[in-house]
Amino acid sequence: MSSATTPPDSDPSQRRRVHSMLKHYYGLNEEGKVTEQAESLDPCDINGPHFDPEVYLNKLRMECSLGELMDHESCMVKQIRFINFICLSTDTIRKMKNDFKKMEDEMDCLSANMAAITEFSAHISGTLQDQHAQITKLSGVHTLLRKLQFLFELPARLNKCLELQAYAQAVSAHRRARCVLQQYSHMPSFRGIQDDCHVIMEQLAQQLRQKFRDGGSSAKDLSECVELLLQLDEPAEELCDKFLSHAHSSTTNPFLSPTAGTDILEFIDRGCNEFVSSLCLVIASYQELFINRPQEGELASKNIPEMANGKLHVFVDTLAARYFSLVERRIQEEKGVSDNSLLVRALDRFHRRLQAISKLLPGSAVPSQGTEIVVRAARERIKQYLSALQTFYHDSLTDVRQALAAPRGATSKDATPSLPELLTSLSNFILNQLKSVLASVHLFTAKDITFSNKPYFKGEFCSQGVREGLVVSFIKFICQSSRQYCESAGDRGGSTPPALLLLLSRLCLDYETSTISYILTLTDEQFLVQHHTPVTPVTALCAEAREAAQKLLNHYVKVQGLIISQMLRKSVETRDWVNTIEPRNVRAVMKRVVEDTTSIDVQVGLLYEEGVRKAHSSDSSKRTFSVYSSSRQQIRYAPSYTPSAPMDTNLLSNIHKLFSERIDIFSPVEFNKVSVLTGIIKISLKTFLECVRLRTFGRYGLQQIQVDCHYLQMYLWRFVSDENLVHFLLDEIVGSAAHRCLDPSPMEQSVIEVICERG
Amino acid sequence: MGSKHTNELTYDAQQCSPGSSSQAFSVVNVLCFLVFWLCIINAWAVVLSACFQARALTAQTAETDAIRFLVGTQSLKFDNQIHIIDFDDENNMINKSVLLHDAGEIWHISGSPADKAVLTTCYSKSEFCVCVSCRPASESRVLTCAAVWRMPPEWESGNHESPDDSSNNPQTLELLCHLDNTAHGSVACVLWEPMGDGKRLISLAENHVLLWDLQESSTKAKVSTATLEGKGQLKFTTGKWSPHHNSTQLATANDTAIRGWDLRSMSQIYCIENAHGQLVRDLDFNPNKQYYLASCGDDCKVKFWDVRHINEPVKCLEEHSHWVWSVRYNHSHDQLLLTGSSDSRVILSNMVSISSEPFGHLVDDDDLSDNEESQQEDKGKEPLQDSIIATYEEHEDSVYAVEWSVADPWLFASLSYDGRLVINRVPRALKYRILL
Repeated sequence: MSSATTPPDSDPSQRRRVHSMLKHYYGLNEEGKVTEQAESLDPCDINGPHFDPEVYLNKLRMECSLGELMDHESCMVKQIRFINFICLSTDTIRKMKNDFKKMEDEMDCLSANMAAITEFSAHISGTLQDQHAQITKLSGVHTLLRKLQFLFELPARLNKCLELQAYAQAVSAHRRARCVLQQYSHMPSFRGIQDDCHVIMEQLAQQLRQKFRDGGSSAKDLSECVELLLQLDEPAEELCDKFLSHAHSSTTNPFLSPTAGTDILEFIDRGCNEFVSSLCLVIASYQELFINRPQEGELASKNIPEMANGKLHVFVDTLAARYFSLVERRIQEEKGVSDNSLLVRALDRFHRRLQAISKLLPGSAVPSQGTEIVVRAARERIKQYLSALQTFYHDSLTDVRQALAAPRGATSKDATPSLPELLTSLSNFILNQLKSVLASVHLFTAKDITFSNKPYFKGEFCSQGVREGLVVSFIKFICQSSRQYCESAGDRGGSTPPALLLLLSRLCLDYETSTISYILTLTDEQFLVQHHTPVTPVTALCAEAREAAQKLLNHYVKVQGLIISQMLRKSVETRDWVNTIEPRNVRAVMKRVVEDTTSIDVQVGLLYEEGVRKAHSSDSSKRTFSVYSSSRQQIRYAPSYTPSAPMDTNLLSNIHKLFSERIDIFSPVEFNKVSVLTGIIKISLKTFLECVRLRTFGRYGLQQIQVDCHYLQMYLWRFVSDENLVHFLLDEIVGSAAHRCLDPSPMEQSVIEVICERG
Repeated sequence: MGSKHTNELTYDAQQCSPGSSSQAFSVVNVLCFLVFWLCIINAWAVVLSACFQARALTAQTAETDAIRFLVGTQSLKFDNQIHIIDFDDENNMINKSVLLHDAGEIWHISGSPADKAVLTTCYSKSEFCVCVSCRPASESRVLTCAAVWRMPPEWESGNHESPDDSSNNPQTLELLCHLDNTAHGSVACVLWEPMGDGKRLISLAENHVLLWDLQESSTKAKVSTATLEGKGQLKFTTGKWSPHHNSTQLATANDTAIRGWDLRSMSQIYCIENAHGQLVRDLDFNPNKQYYLASCGDDCKVKFWDVRHINEPVKCLEEHSHWVWSVRYNHSHDQLLLTGSSDSRVILSNMVSISSEPFGHLVDDDDLSDNEESQQEDKGKEPLQDSIIATYEEHEDSVYAVEWSVADPWLFASLSYDGRLVINRVPRALKYRILL
């Protein structure tokens, strides 16, 4: 209770008191303290030396209330605790001081000891130095001995390796020893070892080579083999060669027998699978062996990759050349044009697989050669298609020919197609065939085909190949073969049926007007032809077609004219005109001529338009005839009655000729019926004229000619463009006959008319 | 004006009045002249006689000085004539003399190579037999015969008068000998041995080749005959005696075939079947190339053959628009070729490539100065091409005969059925090109 009643100090004074108490405790004297000591003689001063607790307590009990006592007590407790703590710390510090001092001493002692130890140690090491050197030397000798032992054991070991076929170990062992042996080879014992090793290694190499040569081993074995051999200083070139020759036999062997009968796709498949893939394998392993392996030691200096690469290129090239020649031969055998997709697919596969080589062997010419083969094949294909088209054209012409020949023997007209039908079917056939060919050829440029984006297939193939080589050539071929019909038939007497000529002429004309531009537009659209090189313009082709059409039509006219001419000529030449009887009838030949002309008219009318005529009246036949014959009678026959004035007729005839246009007999005709018929009639009548001029006539001969000419006049005028032409020529014929007549006394016009109308 | 070719004459004629050029046509009567002047201003032309047709034309082969052509007329009603056409090169004048040929109408005429007064004709004569045995109607037969004639010596001296006079009083040909062909049928043509002595003749009668030897200018002997074998009625239409091989070869035409004959053995040596698509009308041998032959026919073509390779013609021309009746090589420059056709045209072609002078005329180096030599070289750089030189359209009727002049190699005549004879010149530019 007493402590608890310690009165609490007011703060600043209390703290100062604590301080001073501490100072006091530690003997720190300050000037001010003397006075304080003097002042604290008071026994009640708790901090004074003269403190008397009894007094103090009493004093407190006396002076203070309970509350103050309580406060005082708590304050006292605090102070007491603090003081206790201080007392304790002081004790500890004092103790530590002592300890440090002790430690210092011990440390000194220790250092003294250490110095002694160091001294000793130096001493010991000094003594051990010699022994250490000796030990090192001993261990060196030991290794040397081991090496020597290795060396001496080497031959045996190698032999063992050889027996066990542990070639790699043997080689590495030998490699380790090789230098040493080489170095000490002047010593006989080493020499012996070296020789032994040499022999063994030789043997080993032999075995390796054998293994290498046998080739039955796997690629891994092989590469190991090669590696070992390379380490054995085997010349790399030789190895390359051997490797390649081995590879050569292995890659080509299965491929050397191209079996016929397989289709091209199968063939190419086989080729790709067997040849190309094995070639790729070879290339890959070769590159791994010789080219891409890390360079080490003296091997690096030999520049093997370069050499090996060169060899590989040569190897691949030769092999590829053989392969290509095979492929090309096979492609050339591909003659059938029925299915192009197979070939295209085959070529595509071929081309695609060769790209693998280009990846493996970047500088190789093989892929480009392959592309060339594809290009060649495509070219060849176009040619084949062209010839197929040509054959087709010929075949269809033969069909047309047969169809044309049929009606003569056939019974009903309905069964055989008419000319226009034949024409449409022929032209459709050709067009369809051409389209299908274009579709087939188009496969070459399909998007999924690898080679279709090569520049050739983008440009030249489309423009030069398909457009020029196929389409244009075919059109030209049609024109040309048509022209040939004109030439061959002319000399050999019309082996071509005239109707075919007419048909072809119309075909060519149709081509000129529409078909050519249609076909070319179709081609251009399908193939997106970009004309880098100059191509045949449509107009040139059209001109050619028109020329051919013209030529054919001219030839048709010529042939038909010739047929009629021949009839007329025979009829004139074979008859004895001097001793003929008085005409009673029109000769059958003339009727035949008119009939034939009519049928020609029908034939031409089927294919060609009517054309223009010079205007004439509907009753032209009769009216013109009378004028014609009366005028002729006046002019032509004047000489026979008045021989004294022969001049007039000739003069008039000359004047007539002077003012009439010259008639070109075999002149080009226009593309219409009238012009064609005019041409035929001109030719016929001109022949008639010339034949008449070569004969001599009697009176009745002349009269017969008169009758015949009148008959012709009656029927032929309707076919020609200008009836005056017929008049003129018939006039000439009768005139010439009159000149060639021994007894020119013409028949009465009325009688002639009666005979003709009766006939 | 003497050496001017036709084109220049055209120019002159157009410049001058009609009167000035009338001297060239002095033989033509006024009416005819009117007609002719209108259409013929390019060349010298003459009408034989208004009422005569004509097919037969020949140059007078033995005459080397004067430019002279012989024309035979065809008339059934009047006496036929042989017109001797002289062309006066100096004055550009045509003179005409007429001889009577009363045997019949003349189909073919040919002059002797040795004697310029001697000629042969093939003529047809119609024989009227009105005998009782025959039918009541007049039965007649036409047969073509051949004969050798001599011109009367006086024709040249006094016959340069006007045509009217000559027609009034023409002289008659003197018959030397009759080539009797009654056994063999009608004669198509008579050929003289080229460059011969005028003693040997060949006549082609129907399907026989008859070789004649003239003796003493009058008598005759038939040496040998060759007969054309074959089916049907084969008949020679024309023939040509080759001037090569020592005159031992003959070429004949029948229908579409050309045959070669060896006269020594009288056997066939080659046969070009189907030489033409239709009838072969005429043949001519290249005078300088012994195996080359030109032919023409009814297929409007002119073909050139190497008789050693008869499968294909060497060359083929198709320029005419109707039958080609006559083809003639120029005697000196065989690149010049003349053709006449019933399209009334005459075409002069320059066939350099198959001529004996394919590189132009060869000139001796000595004759050339340096200057000329360089010109020659220039010419060598551009060789002449085969080409049509000119197409002559003066005729109004079919041209059945064309002929080069013997005396002047640059001159030729053509004859049309209406009796018009036209004389033309090779264009001077071409002439100089060939010569230089």
